[in-house]
Amino acid sequence: MKMGLKSNIRLYGMYISVILRSTMQYKLSFFLMVTGRFILAFNGFLAIFFLFSGFTRIGSYSFEEVLLCFSVIQMSFALAECIGSGMKVFTGIVRRGEFDRMLLRPRSPILQVLGTRFELGRLGPMITAGITLLIGIQKGQIVWTAVKIMVLFVMIAGGTLLFLSLFILGASFCFFSIEDGGLLNILTYGAKEHGKYPVDIYGKRFMQICTYLIPYTLIQYYPLQYLLGRTDRWVYGLYPFGTVVFAFLCYIVWLFGVKNYKSCGS
Amino acid sequence: MIVMDNVCKTYKVAKRNAGLKEACRHLFHRETEEIRALTDVSFQIADGEMVGYIGPNGAGKSSTIKILSGILTPDCGTCSVDGRIPWKNRIEHVKQIGVVFGQRSQLWWDIPVNDSFELIKEIYSIPAEQYKHTLDELTELLSLQEILKTPTRQLSLGQRMRCEISASLLHQPKLLFLDEPTIGLDAVSKLAVRDFIKKLNKEHSTTVLLTTHDMQDIEAIAERVILIGKGKVLMDGTLQDMKDLVRLTDDAQSKKNDAAQSRGNDAAQSCMDTDITGKENDNLDQIVAKLYQQLDIL
Repeated sequence: MKMGLKSNIRLYGMYISVILRSTMQYKLSFFLMVTGRFILAFNGFLAIFFLFSGFTRIGSYSFEEVLLCFSVIQMSFALAECIGSGMKVFTGIVRRGEFDRMLLRPRSPILQVLGTRFELGRLGPMITAGITLLIGIQKGQIVWTAVKIMVLFVMIAGGTLLFLSLFILGASFCFFSIEDGGLLNILTYGAKEHGKYPVDIYGKRFMQICTYLIPYTLIQYYPLQYLLGRTDRWVYGLYPFGTVVFAFLCYIVWLFGVKNYKSCGS
Repeated sequence: MIVMDNVCKTYKVAKRNAGLKEACRHLFHRETEEIRALTDVSFQIADGEMVGYIGPNGAGKSSTIKILSGILTPDCGTCSVDGRIPWKNRIEHVKQIGVVFGQRSQLWWDIPVNDSFELIKEIYSIPAEQYKHTLDELTELLSLQEILKTPTRQLSLGQRMRCEISASLLHQPKLLFLDEPTIGLDAVSKLAVRDFIKKLNKEHSTTVLLTTHDMQDIEAIAERVILIGKGKVLMDGTLQDMKDLVRLTDDAQSKKNDAAQSRGNDAAQSCMDTDITGKENDNLDQIVAKLYQQLDIL
C-alpha cells in the first residue's frame, strides 16, 4: 500500500481520539464498566488463589508460576479486546452497511474496522493482570535478567497478536455465512480460560491441539518453560514470534473473505 | 468515462417459510434461490455527464452503483471507470470517486461535523491547503457555517444530507454517485441539493450518476435517463424520450381499445380514458408508474 505506516498510525490515533471523545460523554457508564470488568477479572485470580489453598501444586507448577501464566494470558486478552472489539461486532458492521462505506475509503478495511471501537473499559482486567503479574514476579523464584523481562513482554505482545488474529478469523466467517462465528468464540474464550494454567497440565493430546490448531502454547507453555528455568533451550523464548505466522494465515482468510463479500441490500 | 459491458450479478438468497418448525428444518436443509440482480447491463457515460438512473425498487440500481464503486464484484461482463477496473484497483479507484448513500450516514455520530471532516481529510490524505479551499467552497455553496460545529446526531435530515454530500466531495472526486440523495428531505432542502449538484457539475464538470425515485430530481438534474428493470437496461435517452415512449405505447393501446369498442356504445367511458391520459402526461410520477406497468418490470 502506498500510504505509509506513519499515516496509518496517525489515522488510528485519530480514530481512538474520536472514540474517546464520544465515550467521555458518558462518564458514569465508563467508570462502572472499568470497575465491573475489574471485579470480574479479579474473580479469576480469586479462583486460582482458593484452588491453591487446597493444593500446593497443579501439575508441576507452583502458585506463583501459575499466576505468571494467568497474568500473561489475562493481559494479552484484555489488550486484544481493547484494540480488537471492532472485529467482535463485525456482523453488526456488515449488517448496518458500514462495511460498504469502509470499502469506499482508500484505506485498509482492517484498520477501519479496528478504528470503530476502542474499549478503555478493558483497563479493569489489565489492572488485575498487572497486580497478579507483580505478585507472581515478587513471590516467584525466578532470577530476572534483562532477557527474561524481554521474553515476558514478547509473550504478552504475541498473546495480544494471537487473540487479535482469532478475532479477525472470527469476523471473516461473516463473509461466508450470515451467522457469526460462535465456534470462534469457543476458541477465543476457551483459550482464555484454559490458558490461565500452563497447557501441559491438560495432557498431551490437548497440547497438540493448542500447538498446531490454535498455537497458544507458543505464547504460554514454551516461553514459560524458559522463564521458569526448566529448560536450557533459549529458543523457547523466541516462540511467541511464531504467532506472526498464525496472524498472517488469518489475514489471508480475511482477504479471501473480503473478496467474497456480498454487500447487503440498500 | 464509465463503460459497463454486459455486466451481470446474481445473489444467492436463503429461502424458507415462516414459523419455528420451518426454521428448524432450515437449519439442516438449506434451500437457496438465485436472484438475478443484474442481467446484461451495458451503458457508457462520458466525462461531465449528469445521468439519472431510475427503475422500480429492486431493479438493480444499488447493485450497479456498488459494482461501479468497487464494493461488489460482478459475475460476468466488464466494467471500467477511467480505465480502472473498480474491484481490482480498489484503493486507487475510490480515491477518484465520491459516493452518497441517502439512507446511510458516513459521519461519526457523536462528534461535530467538523471533526468528521477532519477524519475524512486524514483518511484520504488530503493536503491541508486543498482541504481548506474545498471546505470553504462547500461551506458557502451548501451554507454549512451554522452546522459545522454541531454533532451529527443533532442535525436535521436536511442538514445532515448537506453534510453527507460535502463529506463525499472533500477529496474532490471526478465522479459522484448519488444513491437517493433527496430521500425524506423537505422542499427547501431538496431544492438546495439539486441546485448544488447542478453547480458542481457546471464548475468542476464532475460526472454525476444519480439514482432516485423522485422524478423531479431527474427533471431538474439529469440530461439523460437510463431506465433499468429486472436487471436490464430498458431505455437510455432523455426525459422527453421517456415521455414519448409512454405516449407511443399509450396510443397503440388506445387504438386497440378503440377498435374493440368501434361500435362506440360506451362513448363516455372512452372519453374518460383519454381525459386521464391527457392529465397524466403532466405528472411525471404517473408517467413513470405507467411506464413501469407497461414494461411489466414491477
